[in-house]
Amino acid sequence: MKTRYSYGGDEHIFVECAEEMSLEAFFKSLSITNAVKRAKIKGVTEICPANASFQIKFDPDVIKPVDMLKELKVIEKAAAKTKSTLKTRIIEIPVLYNDPWTHETLMRFRERHQDPTSTDIEYTARINNLAGVDGFIEAHSGAPWFVSMVGFVAGLPFLYQMVDRQRQIQSPKYLRPRTDTPKLTVGHGGCFGCIYSVRGAGGYQMFGITPMPIYDPNQKIKYLRDFMCLFKPGDIVKWKPIARAEYDATVIAVEKGKFSPRIKDVSFSLAEFQKDIDGTNKKLMGALYGH
Amino acid sequence: MAIKVVKPGLSTTVQDLGRPGYYNIGIPISGGMDRFALRAANMLVGNREGLAVLEAVFMGPELEFTEDATVAVTGAELPPKVNGELRSTWTSFKVKKGQSLSFDFLKKGARAYIAVSGGIDVPVVLGSRSTYTLGALGGHEGRKLAAGDKLKIGKGRAAKEGRRISEMLHRMPGTPAQLRMIPGLYWHRITAEASQHFLADTWKVAPEADRIGYRFKGGRALDFVPRTPPFGAGSDPSNIVDACYPYGSIQIPSGTEPIVLHRDAVSGGGYFMVGAVISADMDLIGQLQPHTPAQFVSVTMAQALKARRDRHKLLNKIRDAF
Repeated sequence: MKTRYSYGGDEHIFVECAEEMSLEAFFKSLSITNAVKRAKIKGVTEICPANASFQIKFDPDVIKPVDMLKELKVIEKAAAKTKSTLKTRIIEIPVLYNDPWTHETLMRFRERHQDPTSTDIEYTARINNLAGVDGFIEAHSGAPWFVSMVGFVAGLPFLYQMVDRQRQIQSPKYLRPRTDTPKLTVGHGGCFGCIYSVRGAGGYQMFGITPMPIYDPNQKIKYLRDFMCLFKPGDIVKWKPIARAEYDATVIAVEKGKFSPRIKDVSFSLAEFQKDIDGTNKKLMGALYGH
Repeated sequence: MAIKVVKPGLSTTVQDLGRPGYYNIGIPISGGMDRFALRAANMLVGNREGLAVLEAVFMGPELEFTEDATVAVTGAELPPKVNGELRSTWTSFKVKKGQSLSFDFLKKGARAYIAVSGGIDVPVVLGSRSTYTLGALGGHEGRKLAAGDKLKIGKGRAAKEGRRISEMLHRMPGTPAQLRMIPGLYWHRITAEASQHFLADTWKVAPEADRIGYRFKGGRALDFVPRTPPFGAGSDPSNIVDACYPYGSIQIPSGTEPIVLHRDAVSGGGYFMVGAVISADMDLIGQLQPHTPAQFVSVTMAQALKARRDRHKLLNKIRDAF
């Protein structure tokens, strides 16, 4: 993993920890950005960790770009010794796969898709050698996912599937991005899953929708009162396939302030995960469901 | 109440100097697209430079004042009218209780900044009054203004009418607009020939140009250096493992139409970028109308910092004048 530094105009430094995605690259980005936070460098205005890279925004009137670059390189060396462990949470997210709203949208933008004759979920199942829609849902919801970035729009999590690389679902982004995506769409592009926190443009394949808001600028939803965005990097997600009746009931429960997501505190060690993926996931499921 | 929105214009939002510090969770800085004009408008009416103003795009709103105020309009040449009588842009004027402020047709530029003495008083959300419409956050109820909206004005001493900023101190893009950029980020993904085209071609602002980003059309498609797609990126040669997008960064999905991200930027995504427009030229993008020709001009970091200092000097001249 060779670190690559680049200026992004005169106010940003962009750092690619690795060209390809891996949890190792994510942890490298996380440990460096955490160290940058602790260093409290004057002039730094934004510290943004991403999947396998990160970005620092700074005020060049306060710190010269060349000095900022030097600081980061020093921090990178020191951060290399950090252990890749996290105290984090696992969160259950209910999903209505193959829902009518994303279906309406994907039909509307069919000419921007690789395969206009099938749906996003059918297409992705086929190119990943999964047994149709059911086989896809099983593969998608079977193992947990790791939040490796938050962004694009407010509070949107990028999710990395916690299975070995051969089993990870992969799909291209739309040929041309859509101008519309329903709010709370469960999407996928490259190797990443996501939940669109708000309605808007998007290029990811669309598989389903969750009834559970993950962003509330008014902070009226009970579990978003502390902060308007649910996710932070390092969170772990477990999809729970649900039927239409449960979807509708959950929407109402959220509106009435009666819905609380299932969330449990867990710890995660990259080394343990790499040694035994299925065993680690089993422990995470145990923590989530109390068995 | 102090201002009643009679007609909202095309897209009028409350903006200040923005909301830094939350880009890591996808909440962009927002704020005036032309910050220079926003600061100037505030100075004209005697406000602190960062107070909230109205940003009007292409077309002005019609506003009814329910108390006396000093007003100034900067940025785009969108001539203001008080009870139908023309006033000058870049000049402070009085609007009395009961009078209406409306606008003539746009003559030049794209975004006008309407400052009112005391500032537009909407709740401060995450440290700013700016509107981030995509996230329904900040400003007036997280959205652009609508007919019937009522806005409060903050307390403050109103400056005299007739304060003026001379044309020498305005900043507007030329024709074609020269957008200076520092090549970098994933610049190495396109061929040497493509990088020459990118800089040599004259582009045109596409109709899809808003606070999130400006799309450009009309230049030649860019060829990529062949590669094996890195795991997780996706198969298109313009795909990368989803990463952060700097403000001003120029992404070119599939190598065809460059998009420059602006104040309401999406904070990250999976398209490669060829570099970023320098901070000193970001304001100019906010004044580009669709179909305006534009060129990307490659500069060094030293040149970018010099341009930044020049812009500071220009602002200081205005500050000194008041």
